[in-house]
Amino acid sequence: MTVSALVTPPVLTVDRLCVDARTPEGLRRVIDDISFALAVGETLCIAGESGSGKSVTSLAIMGLLPKASLQIAAGSISLQGRELSRLSNSAMRSVRGGDIAMVFQEPMTSLNPVMSIGTQLTEAIREHQGSEGKSAEAVALRMLDAVEMTEPARRLKQFPHELSGGMRQRVMIAMALSCRPKVLIADEPTTALDVTVQAQILKLINGLKREFGASIILITHDMGVVAQMADRVVIMQSGRIIEQGDVVPLFNAPRERYTRELLAAVPRLGAHAGTDGPPRVSPQTAPNPPLDPQPILTVQKLAVTYGRATGWLFGKTPSLPVVSDVSFEILPGQTLGLVGESGSGKSTTGKAVLGLIPLDGNVVIDGRNIGGLSQRQMRPVRRCAQMIFQDPYASLDPRMAVGAAIAEPLIIHGLANKGERDDRVAELLRRVGLPPEAASRYPHEFSGGQRQRICIARALTLGPKLIVADESVAALDVSVRGRVLDLMLELQETMGLAYLLISHDMAVIERMSHNVAVMRSGRIVEMGSRRAVFEDPQDAYTRALMKAVPIPDPERRQAS
Amino acid sequence: MMFLLARRLVQTAFILLGVAAITFLLLYALPADPARMIAGRSATAQTVANIRHELGLDQPLPVQFWTYLRGIVEGDLGRSYAQKTDVGTLIAARLPATLVLMAAGIFVEVLLGVFFGVFAALSRGGTADRIVMMMSFVGVSAPQFVAALLLLYVFAVTLGWFPMSGFGTFAHVVLPAATLGILGAGWYARMVRSAMIDVLNQDYVRTARAKGLSSARIVLRHALPNALLPIIAMIGIDIGQFMGGVVVVEAVYGWPGIGQLAWQAIQQVDIPIIMGVTLVSALAIVLGNLVADIIAPLVDPRIRAR
Repeated sequence: MTVSALVTPPVLTVDRLCVDARTPEGLRRVIDDISFALAVGETLCIAGESGSGKSVTSLAIMGLLPKASLQIAAGSISLQGRELSRLSNSAMRSVRGGDIAMVFQEPMTSLNPVMSIGTQLTEAIREHQGSEGKSAEAVALRMLDAVEMTEPARRLKQFPHELSGGMRQRVMIAMALSCRPKVLIADEPTTALDVTVQAQILKLINGLKREFGASIILITHDMGVVAQMADRVVIMQSGRIIEQGDVVPLFNAPRERYTRELLAAVPRLGAHAGTDGPPRVSPQTAPNPPLDPQPILTVQKLAVTYGRATGWLFGKTPSLPVVSDVSFEILPGQTLGLVGESGSGKSTTGKAVLGLIPLDGNVVIDGRNIGGLSQRQMRPVRRCAQMIFQDPYASLDPRMAVGAAIAEPLIIHGLANKGERDDRVAELLRRVGLPPEAASRYPHEFSGGQRQRICIARALTLGPKLIVADESVAALDVSVRGRVLDLMLELQETMGLAYLLISHDMAVIERMSHNVAVMRSGRIVEMGSRRAVFEDPQDAYTRALMKAVPIPDPERRQAS
Repeated sequence: MMFLLARRLVQTAFILLGVAAITFLLLYALPADPARMIAGRSATAQTVANIRHELGLDQPLPVQFWTYLRGIVEGDLGRSYAQKTDVGTLIAARLPATLVLMAAGIFVEVLLGVFFGVFAALSRGGTADRIVMMMSFVGVSAPQFVAALLLLYVFAVTLGWFPMSGFGTFAHVVLPAATLGILGAGWYARMVRSAMIDVLNQDYVRTARAKGLSSARIVLRHALPNALLPIIAMIGIDIGQFMGGVVVVEAVYGWPGIGQLAWQAIQQVDIPIIMGVTLVSALAIVLGNLVADIIAPLVDPRIRAR
């Protein structure tokens, strides 16, 4: 508890709040008896995994619960003694955006695509401060300046699609703070952003908090962000508060088991310093590597150019190289971690390696150059190299039983009869830690982590030697993420798989890789053994990337 | 923009050439003989052959097609067999009526469709929504002649508010436009409704709510412009459809539009007119889509960038 909290009453108090969801089976409690207070000038982090109710809590405070599905069942939310949960709609409107403002997770979709930045900024100012025309515009300009946007006057006339994700989030923050709210709720404000941009935005929020005197509720799943930002922390799970307290004691001596598990699952950059490969996870010894291993994948001078589609009347449209001059190789049983920020070309590289998009240069998989191969000639190569995608929800056909999805590659390649297929499916499900009965069920019956296991099983069906895994754990909660990564390591040890692991997450790359390549703007800026890259980075960009990763330790907070 | 126009111009030329070729082939594959139709039942074989020679119908098909194309390039759509007049002149005489009906029909259907679509989306799942959706279903599935005769009976025959048929004053256009508009509005209402429901669930609408804006402003300023984007493409298609003539409505209200001209020509196997009308409607469809392509970037800045 900070000193000011003892002297002045809290700005916002949530007391015994319960929220019910309407389901076909009746009401179900999604927020169960939660209480917390936000002191003046403090940053309170609400942390938890998906389904913990942290976002519902913020919507309840804003009075933005969708009426058709969620309702406040009991409890109170009061802003400086004024009860909000029973305010009329029009009274609540003056609170929203005026006294309490909110910044959302998705900067790409949170701004109206057909309205200019200026219009979107000034309409809140007009609504709450009654200022008109030029004066509202002047406030908007000052706000863009405050969030450190370059050329603020020009930005006012631009539209959201002309701005990057980081810039859009700055606009969202400017919009939220433009009416000088007492409370700013930021719901996963940096989750969709690159790590270097995240560091800038977090620093900006800290600076603005002082400048504008707002108290902040920061909702996040990322314990690194919590450690970096919080004065106090509320840990939520399944709609309940598990533990709350000041940040340093909570990190150093968590009282509850769930908090300890959550903190233990947080990957820490540098946790594997001093070792060469990823940690061993299976008791079995790996099959002895061949004495003179031939690379399973060799990439030489790979280049990919988008926009090659030709206008049939006036010739080629100008083309932009997305990836150029990329070369690397992967040995059997090894992992190359390909790390970079959005737009670095890492996913494009992953697709090109499997011949899924047109490419220039040489890609040799298991001794076969895939350049210029027809779909038919690619088939034996596909048996050997498979892919796991980012979104386990979107990459499984919702109307196809899990067993059928896993067996499909066997059918396409004309291998195995019905009985053999069923055996193979059961065996694969067992390998990825799912019961054989899962085969007859459908994707929606599984959690995100289980779905990603199914995707892994599907990739293993044909017995590949190489798997390209593109952000395969990015959509998963941190505790689930750790178990899926362990599964991937175990499969590597027992089956001798090679991975091309594509990720924006430095901690994931560190844990999984033998070798690491850092990409930026379509090129590899640094490549080497994991130990060399992580312990002695040579390139300035690699160092900047590592420095930007928030450290999950409040006592090692970077000065802001 | 200039690039778009230039490319469209070339595309249009190719489309018209293709339409002309296909229509030409289809018409000459017909069992009906235009020469005999002109000559009449009692004419001798010699008379029929003379007429056929006069019209150039005895020449090989490619030669006939080539002659026709040369005519088009010079702005000559040929002469009507039955009416002995330039096809260009005949069509031009019908254009004003057709344009008026097209504009009025689209105006009514868009107005009704957008209003009821938004209304239904806002009361989604409620009684109002269900009533609007049922009405739009009736509108989508009712035959044109039923709606046309019903309106004619009620408002022209019984109440006498509007003239029964003809063209010339504002009162004349009301019932035909209402028929087209009411029937077409069903499609628009369904489309606007689903677009609005989609848009109202978007993150930027949540942002607008979080700003404390009024519901009216959220719906009209934030949601509606986004929901109208798919409507623009549909208007482009309707411009083409209505320009090609709306035969039934024109027939019921005695509207002197292109549809009636085409209908007569088909009965008389008046091939030059059929060809001319087909080409004009093809041109109208292309132009309608061009109009949609020009309007869309005015509404959506994302398209402007490209």
